[in-house]
Amino acid sequence: MLKTTPFHERTAALCASHAWRRWAGHIVASSYELTHEREYHVIRTAAALFDVSPLYKYLVRGRDAARLLDLIVTRNVLKAEVGQVLYTPWCDHAGKVIDDGTVARLDENLFRMTSAEPNLRWLQDNAAGLAVDIADVSESIAALSLQGPAAWSILQSLGAPPLKYFRMSSASLRGIPVQISRTGYTGDLGFEIWADRVQAVPLWDALMDAGRAYGIMPAGMLALDIARIEAGLMLIEVDYVPARKALIASQLSSPFELDLAWTVNLGKERFIGREALDAEKACGPQWQFVGIELEWNSLERLYAEVGLATRLPSAAWRMSVPLYADGEQAGYATSGGWSPLLKKYIALAHLRSQSAAVGTALEMEITVEHRRKRANATVVKKPFFDPPRKKA
Amino acid sequence: MTAYDVIIVGGGHNGLACAAYLARAGRKVLVLERRERVGGAAMSEEVFPGFRFSVFSYVVSLLRPEIIRELELARHGLHILPLESTLTPLANNDYLAQWADHDQNRRELARHSRRDAEAYDEFGLLLHRMARAVKPLLSTAPPDPASLDPRELLDLLRLGRYFRGLAEKDLHALWKLLTMSAADYLDEWFESEALKGTKSASGIIGTLLGPRSPGTAYVLLHHYMGELDGVFRAWGFAKGGNGSVSAAIAAAAQAHGAEIRTQAPVSKVLVSGGRARGVVLEGGEELHAACVVSGADPRRTFLGLVGEEHLPEDFVGSIRRYKFRGASAKVNLALGELPRFTCIPQNGPPHLNPIYRGAISISPSVDYLERAYDDAKYGEISRRPYMDIIIPSMLDPSMAPPGKHVMSIFVQYAPYHLNGGWSDARREQLGDTVIDTLSEYAPNLKGAILHRQVITPADIERIVGLSEGNIFQGELTLQQMFFLRPAPAWSRYRTPIHGLYQCGSGTHPGGGVMGASGRNAAFEVLGRRA
Repeated sequence: MLKTTPFHERTAALCASHAWRRWAGHIVASSYELTHEREYHVIRTAAALFDVSPLYKYLVRGRDAARLLDLIVTRNVLKAEVGQVLYTPWCDHAGKVIDDGTVARLDENLFRMTSAEPNLRWLQDNAAGLAVDIADVSESIAALSLQGPAAWSILQSLGAPPLKYFRMSSASLRGIPVQISRTGYTGDLGFEIWADRVQAVPLWDALMDAGRAYGIMPAGMLALDIARIEAGLMLIEVDYVPARKALIASQLSSPFELDLAWTVNLGKERFIGREALDAEKACGPQWQFVGIELEWNSLERLYAEVGLATRLPSAAWRMSVPLYADGEQAGYATSGGWSPLLKKYIALAHLRSQSAAVGTALEMEITVEHRRKRANATVVKKPFFDPPRKKA
Repeated sequence: MTAYDVIIVGGGHNGLACAAYLARAGRKVLVLERRERVGGAAMSEEVFPGFRFSVFSYVVSLLRPEIIRELELARHGLHILPLESTLTPLANNDYLAQWADHDQNRRELARHSRRDAEAYDEFGLLLHRMARAVKPLLSTAPPDPASLDPRELLDLLRLGRYFRGLAEKDLHALWKLLTMSAADYLDEWFESEALKGTKSASGIIGTLLGPRSPGTAYVLLHHYMGELDGVFRAWGFAKGGNGSVSAAIAAAAQAHGAEIRTQAPVSKVLVSGGRARGVVLEGGEELHAACVVSGADPRRTFLGLVGEEHLPEDFVGSIRRYKFRGASAKVNLALGELPRFTCIPQNGPPHLNPIYRGAISISPSVDYLERAYDDAKYGEISRRPYMDIIIPSMLDPSMAPPGKHVMSIFVQYAPYHLNGGWSDARREQLGDTVIDTLSEYAPNLKGAILHRQVITPADIERIVGLSEGNIFQGELTLQQMFFLRPAPAWSRYRTPIHGLYQCGSGTHPGGGVMGASGRNAAFEVLGRRA
C-alpha cells in the first residue's frame, strides 16, 4: 500500500477528480478539480495550497551540524544566518549532482534539510567523527506550501511574522506551532509551512478558513508543474538524472551543467566534489541548462500545413525531445508546455555550451499528425516568469 | 542404416536447444534420450493424481531471451509467468518482503533499516551495471587467454577493450564480486540480517559453499543476470512447470526436422582415429554421424561415454578434478490447502494475497545459512536448511486440482557425499527436517500435506544422470567458470576428440535453465559466431 500524507483526510475529500499520483511512496492529488486549469491560475492570481509532505526532511543537530552540511552541499552553510534558508544541490566526489533541496538554519546548531530522494545514509556516512545527530523526520513533519500573490495576506491574517525571501521563522498560527519559510516551487510570492504531523488537519483548516476571503484553493501537482517550469526550476529525474541513478557517464550532470554555478562556492576550503568542480570551472562546462521558447508562427505553420489549428499541450510534458542548431542535434528539452499566463510554448532544455547562448536559433522536434517536424525555437533567459512580488 | 549429420546425446533443455538450432540450419539431427521423456532436469510430471510438479528445476530466469525469440517458443507453448516478490519469514513472527514495486519495496525495507532501503537502489544499480558488463560473455564462446589461435586472440582483445571501457569504480566493483564472499560483499552494503541472509542465498545455490566462502559473491551476480523481456533480475515460472520449457524447445526442434528418440540410452561414443563416428546404444545398436554432441556432464561424457583411453592424460586429470559436489535437494508437496505463514498480516483470504505468488525464502540471516553449511561441510544434512519455495498452483492453477495446491521446496544443504550414504531412511529424514523447519513458520503445513516427494542428490544423479546430483553439471565456482569450464583450453564446446562437442551446463556459461550452452554449441558446430 502506498502511504497517505498527514493531510489525506482533507485532501481526499476535496479530490473530485480522483486523480492521484505517486510522490516518494505517497499519493498526492494530481488535481483536485476535474481539470487543473483553475488551480494553475490561482497560483498566479490568489493563493494555492499544496500538500508537500512527501518531501524528505532531516534534522541535523549538534556542534558540528554546520560543518557536516557545509561538507555535503555546494553552498556555504557556515556563513548562513539563523533563520536563513539555502537552496542548494549536493554532489558526489566526482562533482556530479546527487540531489537538490534546501538547508534551513533553525538555530546555531540545528538545521533542517529537505530533499527529493532519501539522504539519510549519505548524511550518516559523511558524519563520521563529527558531533552531530541526524534524524529522519520525513514522516513526522507535515508540510504545506502556500503560493501566490495573496499568500502573505492569508498568513498575516493568521498572525504570521513578516519574512524576507528565503528566510524562515517560528510562528503560531491560531495556536498551532509551526515554522514558516518564504520558499516554494512556483517562482511566486509563497511560503512553506512546517508542523508536527498531529497538527496537520487543524493547520489545513486554519489556512483554508483564513484563505477563503482571498480565493485560496487547494492545488495539485499538474498545476505546480506548469508553474515550476515558468519559474525555470528543474525537477529531479525529469530534468536531470541524479548521480546515484545514472547507468552511464553521459547521464551525469554537474551543477554547472544545470545552471547552478551560483550555488557552487569554490571559496570553501573543502566540500564533496570540490576538486572536480574546480577543474570543471577552469575548462568550462560542456552543457548548459537553459530556457527555450517556441516560435508561435512556426508552430502554427506546421499545423496549418496539415489543415489543423495549432494544438498545444494541455499539461506540462516530461520527456526527452531533440533540439537542433544548424541542422545538427545540439541538445534536448526535458520538460515543457504551454504557459497560460505568458501565452508562450516554453521548455527547459540541455544544450551543448556552444549552442546555449541566449538568442541562439534552434529547432525542436514536434510530432504533428503522426509526422516528425521541427518547430523554430530560441534560447531565452530563465526564469520565464519572475514577478517582483516573489522577493519583495 | 540412416546416417545423421549430428547425434545429440541427452534430451535435456540444452541438448534440445542445440538440436533445434542445428536442425534449423538444415542439419539432419537425432536426439537420443535415455528416459521415457525429454527434458532432463527441466521436466514436469503428474507425480500424484491431479498434482503436477516441476520435479527438479522449478524457475526460469536465465533462459536466454534470444532463444525464446529465435525458436519461437511462445508459439510452441511456452508462457513464463512472473514471480514478483520474495518473502523471508523471520523467527519473531516478523518477515521481510521484497517487492517489484519500488515504493512498496522501499517502505518494507525501511521497516527493517532506513539505510538499507537507501542502499538497496544503489546496490541494485551497481549489480545491474555489473550484470551488463558480464552478460555479453554469456552469449559468446569464451576465449582462452592461453591460446595462440588468432581467432581467440581477437576475441580476447575485444573482451579486453570491453573491460577497459568500464568506469574505474565499476572495474573495482567487478573485481570485488569476483573475489569476495557473498556475505562480505553484502556487509559492505547492508545491515539488516534478513536482507543479507536472503541476498546471500543466491550466492550459494547449487554449490557446496557457504555464504562466507570466497567466490560466492560472483554466484550472486550470476543469479542477478536473470532476465525476462530485457528486465534484469526478473524470475519467472513456466506455465505447466519447467517441462514446458523442454517441451517447447523439443517442439521447435521437431518443427525444424530434428528426430527425437526416447528410451534410447547411449553407452558409448564411437571413436576411431581420434574422431567421433557415432554412438552405440545400450542395446548394442550403432548409430553413425559426422558429429556427436554430448549434453551429459563432463564426467559422464569423457570418463563414461568416451573413455580415458581416447583422451590426453592432462585433460583426463582436469575432468577428474572438475568439482560436482551436489548439495541441493528438492521436496515437492501436494497440499489440501494453502500453507499460512503466520508472520504475514492476515488481511483478506490468503489466495488473494500476492505474497503467495512470489518466492518464499527460508534465509533469516547469514549465520543461519552458514550454520546450515557447517553441517553439510562435514557430510550431514543441514539441521535447519535453507529453502527456496514457490507455490506453482498460485501462478498456474492447472498444476493442482481446484482449491488444492502444489509446493516446490528447493533445499540446501543435502550433501551428495552424506556420512553413511543416502538411504530411504535418510531421504525421509531429510523430508521430515524440511517439513519440521517450515512448520515453524506455517503451522498448518503438516495437516495440509496430502503427498510428499523427496529428491536427494543421489536421486538426481540416478534419475536425471547429473553426476553427484549437481544441478549445474558442476559447481559454478570461479575455478571452473568461463575459459576454465569444464577444462582449461577446452571451453569452446569442442573436445580433444574431433567431431565431439559438448552442449550441457558443464560448459560455459553453465547452470540454470539458460539454454545458452546448447545454443552456443550449435553455433560452434556450424562454425558460426553466436
